[in-house]
Amino acid sequence: MKTLKTYAILYLVFLYAPIFLLPLFAFNTSTIIAFPLTGFTTEWFTALLDITEMHSALFNSLKIAVTSAVLATIFGIFGAMASTRYHFPGQKGIMGFIMLPLVLPEIIVAVSLLVVILKLGLSTGSWSVIAGHTLICTPFAIAILNSAFAALDPSLEEAAYDLGETRASTFRRVTLPLVMPGIVSALLISFTISMDEFIIAFFLTGADPTLPVYLFSMLRFPKLLPAVMALGTILVVLSILLITIAEIFRRRGAKRAGLKDTGGFL
Amino acid sequence: MMTAGEKLRRFFRTDQGVGLLLVSPTALYALLLLAVPLIAIVVISFLTQTGVRDFAPGLSLVNYKEALSDPLYRELMLRSLMVSGSVTVVTVLLAFPIAYFVSFGVKPEQKSLWIFLITIPFWTSYLIRVFLWKVILGYNGVLNSGLKLVGIIDEPLTFILYNVNAVIITLAHAYAPFAILPIFVALEKIDRSYLEASRDLGESRTMTFLRVTLPLAAPGVVAAVLIVFIPTIGDYVTPKLVGGPGGTMIANMIQTQFLRLNNAPLGATLAVLAMLIVAVIAIVFLIVGYRAAGGGKKGGRG
Amino acid sequence: MTIKAKPERKPLISLQNIQKHYGEYHALRGINLEIGEGEFFSLLGPSGCGKTTLLRTIAGFEDIDSGSVMLAGKDMMGVPANKRPTNMVFQSYAIFPHLTVAENVAFGLRKSPLSKVEKAEAAEAALNMVGLSGYGNRAAHALSGGQRQRVALARALVLKPKVLLLDEPLSALDRKMREQMQVELIKLQREVGITFILVTHDQEEALVMSDRIAVMFEGEIAQCDDPEVLYRRPKTKRVADFIGVMNFLPATCRHEGGKKIVNIVGLGETEITEEQCPEGFPEGAATVGFRPETLTILYEGQTPTHREAPAMIEEVVYYGDMTYYDVKFDGVDTPVRLSMRNLFGRDVLEVGTRARISWSPGALVVFG
Repeated sequence: MKTLKTYAILYLVFLYAPIFLLPLFAFNTSTIIAFPLTGFTTEWFTALLDITEMHSALFNSLKIAVTSAVLATIFGIFGAMASTRYHFPGQKGIMGFIMLPLVLPEIIVAVSLLVVILKLGLSTGSWSVIAGHTLICTPFAIAILNSAFAALDPSLEEAAYDLGETRASTFRRVTLPLVMPGIVSALLISFTISMDEFIIAFFLTGADPTLPVYLFSMLRFPKLLPAVMALGTILVVLSILLITIAEIFRRRGAKRAGLKDTGGFL
Repeated sequence: MMTAGEKLRRFFRTDQGVGLLLVSPTALYALLLLAVPLIAIVVISFLTQTGVRDFAPGLSLVNYKEALSDPLYRELMLRSLMVSGSVTVVTVLLAFPIAYFVSFGVKPEQKSLWIFLITIPFWTSYLIRVFLWKVILGYNGVLNSGLKLVGIIDEPLTFILYNVNAVIITLAHAYAPFAILPIFVALEKIDRSYLEASRDLGESRTMTFLRVTLPLAAPGVVAAVLIVFIPTIGDYVTPKLVGGPGGTMIANMIQTQFLRLNNAPLGATLAVLAMLIVAVIAIVFLIVGYRAAGGGKKGGRG
Repeated sequence: MTIKAKPERKPLISLQNIQKHYGEYHALRGINLEIGEGEFFSLLGPSGCGKTTLLRTIAGFEDIDSGSVMLAGKDMMGVPANKRPTNMVFQSYAIFPHLTVAENVAFGLRKSPLSKVEKAEAAEAALNMVGLSGYGNRAAHALSGGQRQRVALARALVLKPKVLLLDEPLSALDRKMREQMQVELIKLQREVGITFILVTHDQEEALVMSDRIAVMFEGEIAQCDDPEVLYRRPKTKRVADFIGVMNFLPATCRHEGGKKIVNIVGLGETEITEEQCPEGFPEGAATVGFRPETLTILYEGQTPTHREAPAMIEEVVYYGDMTYYDVKFDGVDTPVRLSMRNLFGRDVLEVGTRARISWSPGALVVFG
């Protein structure tokens, strides 16, 4: 186990290497992204304030991420409730299909949506990115909510019903409070995925780029790279923050349901 | 006799009916935005482009002929498969000891922390991570400048950027949690008393690992292989940023056909072919895995 | 034929020809049963016999294929679980983990016309009744198994249901706690006077607690009787075997001069009454059943009160207060079990000892 532990720690270093390098170069005075470091500066962060196109891309991304997260979580609630609470004909096939985007390369989702949108004579835009992101976030939301619903003892709902509540008020008084941590967690994860997603946005974004699409275009200009590092630092910090909050909610949910916590999101 | 309407109403009050009703919004969404587009792309792959948005009437196999005979496409497809396969092997081999360590070598209350630590990088911007690998592996990159600084090398290493190696390293990094998690879950499911029973029956630690742990972890390994292999073949960003001309993959060509050359049918054909090949390989792998896991035996699980 | 409630009790629940399928599986095969007001009634049977399905049918959680459920004279067809005057104590107790004990108990009072203060009082009174007064502010997930069960009881009883349904409520408790709760449940039921219907697979629990027990096998009621009748006069071999320990020996039956004679292998002939043959008097081959406590080992100098037969002790199982002996009567291959109280000064016999066994013809039950 000693050797394994050393290996595990080295592996973590490998996993985190890019993320650790990010702030080093974001605060480095040199415009060339290489060692040795030359000095400390925050100018790349302040430079971000002047790039107005980036601001609109950020705003666009936020709008898309919030909408996609809400939609994916709603679809996720339906899907997770159906798959954990009920048995219906064709369940495996239907659920498998809904979860398919989890393994399907995003480029396939992107081009197939693009083809249909163009064929229908519509033009791409934020709405089509939202449609695509909702599609790929829903399986993640379902995965998270499945464990939230599965942890919920069905006799709790029956008990509420037995004590005089209707189906709707049972959902409101018992189901919802108990799966709320799962819902919050699904919202945050979906938001994070949508904020980071590049390929679908690249194909379907139309005239207004999302933040990752804009970032991708920045990568072509070496002069902008320190600013990319600064932006990346901010994004990574935000992602880690959101994921940590999501994890806290997920654990709280598991604790509430009296479960022993064993694993992560997937 | 019940009327059809009444029968339907009755059905939607049963457990099955309620379940179907509940899943229908999500299923419908997936149908409209996934099934329909996937069918559309298959259909388009049999068409030929004539104008900006116009297709010639009638279906043909022209695109498939071109995709399969043109050495450029064939090479891209083979390279994509090779990269995907290498990434899968590297990722799963590197991941197994980690999953094993977290499951068997970490105190139960610390397990979720480890899993959390392993998954965090996955949730940070993919684009930024890939770009950082370019920074790390580049000619004047972190690795080369670092090695030069400490005097291990005089000239920058060139075999690590803008080629297939760089693509493999970057993808292996990106898909690490995907490989670790299913294996970890499978290992967690193993009742520890099985291992004690094996030791009690006289097997050594190594043999217990080979005869008990590994077979029981097989479903997790199979899941890990598929979950890494299938999406990596369609990766666009990594080959674009770190692959250089010798490292481009099929997804880059699909993108070029769609957005640059405005040849949607050929792009669609390449996409369909890629999916088809991946699906066939996945199915063959599943069957072989099932056989190997003793699926033919009575009571065996696939 | 409907199993009627006892004449001294007004019928409260009437189940008529209840049929229920789960796909191909026939879960309930024509249940006809009346349960009386204030009765402590148990549904007893092995797992999969349909007892829980029947309980959930009364609660309104299961849609039946056909038949009717009448409760206090009202047809419950189409009345959902939340509108029925029944409340349930779930096997897992289903204590809402996000609410306090008091909030759990007052959960069903939301729509009641009582004032806030009255609701709180009602909840406290219910908690007091189950011995948990002062626990109102505790978090639900901090309770022990026994406490959860009490909260579940209080939560159901606070609504003053006509029927309290208990789905294996004691199965999750350890033995000591279970025995304690059995007594408390009996007391509680007498105190509130509400009809209790208990589902259990534990025959001892059913015998201890119930006024009446329905034994179910494969979706049918095999026998419904008082605990004592059920134990002494089981109607079928299967019921006899399920309730307690029953020894079986092969026998032959014949009529002789208007008398019913049974010849038991190893024990000889004896006359029996009509009552001892629940399935009717079987002419020819038969099986007799008798309980371990109806056999007694005769010690030196003791004379039999009934009949006597020689036997060999094959196995001795010592229980502290009791000793179980497996003995073989001379000329019989199957051992039978008998139980002896370990009185002070009486030795436990050893394996291989020859013994005289006293048996009572009146305690026999004869099956076809």
